[in-house]
Amino acid sequence: MPSVNTMTEELNVEAVCRSFGERQVLRDVTFGVAAGRMTGFVGANGAGKTTMMRIILGVLAADSGSVTWRGARLDRGVRQRFGYMPEERGLYPKMTVAEQIVYLGRLHGLSAKAAHHNTSALLDRLGVGDRAGDPVEKLSLGNQQRVQIAAALVHDPEVLILDEPFSGLDPLAVDVVLGVLRERALSGAPVLFSSHQLEVVERLCDDLVIIADGSIRAAGRRADLRERHALPRYRMEVATDAGWLRDVPGVTLVDLDGAHAVFDLASGADDQDVLRAALRRGPVRSFGAVTPSLAEIFREVTR
Amino acid sequence: MTAGSGTTPAAMPMVAAVRLIAAREIRVKLRDKTFLFSTVFFLFIAVAATVLPSVLAGSPDSVAVADQVAATKLRDAGLTVHVVTDDDAAERQVRDGDADAAVVAGPQVLAMDDVPNSVVRALSVSPPVRLLNPDALDPVVAYMVPFALAFVFFLTAFTFGLQIAQGVTEEKQTRVVEILVSAVPVRALLAGKVAALTLLAFGQVAIVSLVALVGMQLAGVDAQVANLVQPTVAWFLPFFVLGFIMLATLWAGVGALAARQEDIGAASMPLQMVVMLPFFAVSFLSGNDTVMRVLSYFPPTAPTAMTIRIFHADTAPWEPILSLVVLAATAVATLAVGARIYEGSLLRTNGRTSFATAWRTRSTVA
Repeated sequence: MPSVNTMTEELNVEAVCRSFGERQVLRDVTFGVAAGRMTGFVGANGAGKTTMMRIILGVLAADSGSVTWRGARLDRGVRQRFGYMPEERGLYPKMTVAEQIVYLGRLHGLSAKAAHHNTSALLDRLGVGDRAGDPVEKLSLGNQQRVQIAAALVHDPEVLILDEPFSGLDPLAVDVVLGVLRERALSGAPVLFSSHQLEVVERLCDDLVIIADGSIRAAGRRADLRERHALPRYRMEVATDAGWLRDVPGVTLVDLDGAHAVFDLASGADDQDVLRAALRRGPVRSFGAVTPSLAEIFREVTR
Repeated sequence: MTAGSGTTPAAMPMVAAVRLIAAREIRVKLRDKTFLFSTVFFLFIAVAATVLPSVLAGSPDSVAVADQVAATKLRDAGLTVHVVTDDDAAERQVRDGDADAAVVAGPQVLAMDDVPNSVVRALSVSPPVRLLNPDALDPVVAYMVPFALAFVFFLTAFTFGLQIAQGVTEEKQTRVVEILVSAVPVRALLAGKVAALTLLAFGQVAIVSLVALVGMQLAGVDAQVANLVQPTVAWFLPFFVLGFIMLATLWAGVGALAARQEDIGAASMPLQMVVMLPFFAVSFLSGNDTVMRVLSYFPPTAPTAMTIRIFHADTAPWEPILSLVVLAATAVATLAVGARIYEGSLLRTNGRTSFATAWRTRSTVA
């Protein structure tokens, strides 16, 4: 796998600032979204995710800073080839599913023929092909969500910006949508998607951008972030009571439940010493470093 | 462009975007029951107003009479005469409803519950009458035609205007607007809407006018009235289009100020007044020449006031043209104001946006 430095980051956000009145929502935001990868954009509610995405799409203007795609600043012609799923979902409630997607495809510059072709292929792929002739308002929320994904993808966008694409989807639909998005990523599109559901992001993304209070706290490959934020924390399971750990120098117990213990090591202490000590007392069922979950990394960097 | 061909097209031209947006609006409206119903309703009124009076006027009164001399007189007066054997038979005809009236010995006129003026006139001697203004219009017609024009403009400007506002609010309320704005310029969105609704409103009024004119021909309306109505309608159409466009972007701006359908009423109140007050002004003041002269140049009232003056053959040839120019200039100004309000409030989805905030905001990328 190539390292972070050799990735071609094709969509670049540089030093973007934006205020609403007195309130500064984005401070000097800089990050990249690599082509062919799924980038999770993570932050608490109100952290600035939606504002940033709106700025990328040109729905909002930045006060300063720039967004570039393949090295060029964005204009309407470039943005027309972006696919966007806004946080607040919306389609015309009384228009039929197919008519609506065709219309949005044409607004993004597709010919009538290409728009029809893409629409029916996409609706089938998303499992709502049989509802193509129904008004959107007659569909269940989950299905409306799938149609919304179709609206973002119909024009074969070069870049995908999706605000909370998985919220409101049932697990089956998450898999379908994820499959479609991976396909787009594999064909070379950068995919930026936001979410506040950290477990979902953990499962889906290749790269991560963490935003808090309007500024970027961490960005990079998910695996690298994990490593960087790994704690000196271990989990051990022995056959008998593990209470003796309390008296081992350099060990701070985090959790003890009979034979099961979670502990932190002081810097300089060797985990192998602890393991040997345990083996002297009896069998050891499991022993290993605890990798931090995204939630833990998130808590740490946004603290 | 085929899907995924990898070509990188330039931004869609503005005109193409406007056409796509307008086409959608028209498609949706042509399937909209409210629109179809209002068109049918207008057509019905047009037919009823032009054709019904002459149908209802019906055949001339019938009269039963036994006396031959009286029968001749009545026949000369254009009445349908039933010659009967005696006065009793004549009276029976009236009682049975076979004749509207009867003339019996005396002479005396019999009728059920309504004085048969045509019969009385036929048997009376009238003094000669000399009209000093023989060309004057029937006062009913003189009132009804201007009222009808003012009403059509008022109703169309109001209902179509409200539909523009509702359409804009719908896009805002359902949030679809964010996708639209990421794809096409805000101005294209506005222009497409206004163009589509103007076209539909004009189409509706043109069809109704045509039906009314044809109806007048069929019903054999007085040539004098027909000669006045035709040029009036011909002038009304350009006034209508400019007057409608003048209001349309303002309606769109008002729709963008509201965050929900329920807000439209309050947000559009001032605009409703701008549409409603001219209707009442023109309806009630149409008798006052000086006031009408002023109103026929004042943009909100010009479309109706000027056409009414044209109907009364009250204008110099240059007057409607000057008024149209003033109206067009105002329409250009309101287009700019409406567009700015629309752009400034379209993406503010948290509650109602004030006019002042919308005016100051430039929320989107040009």
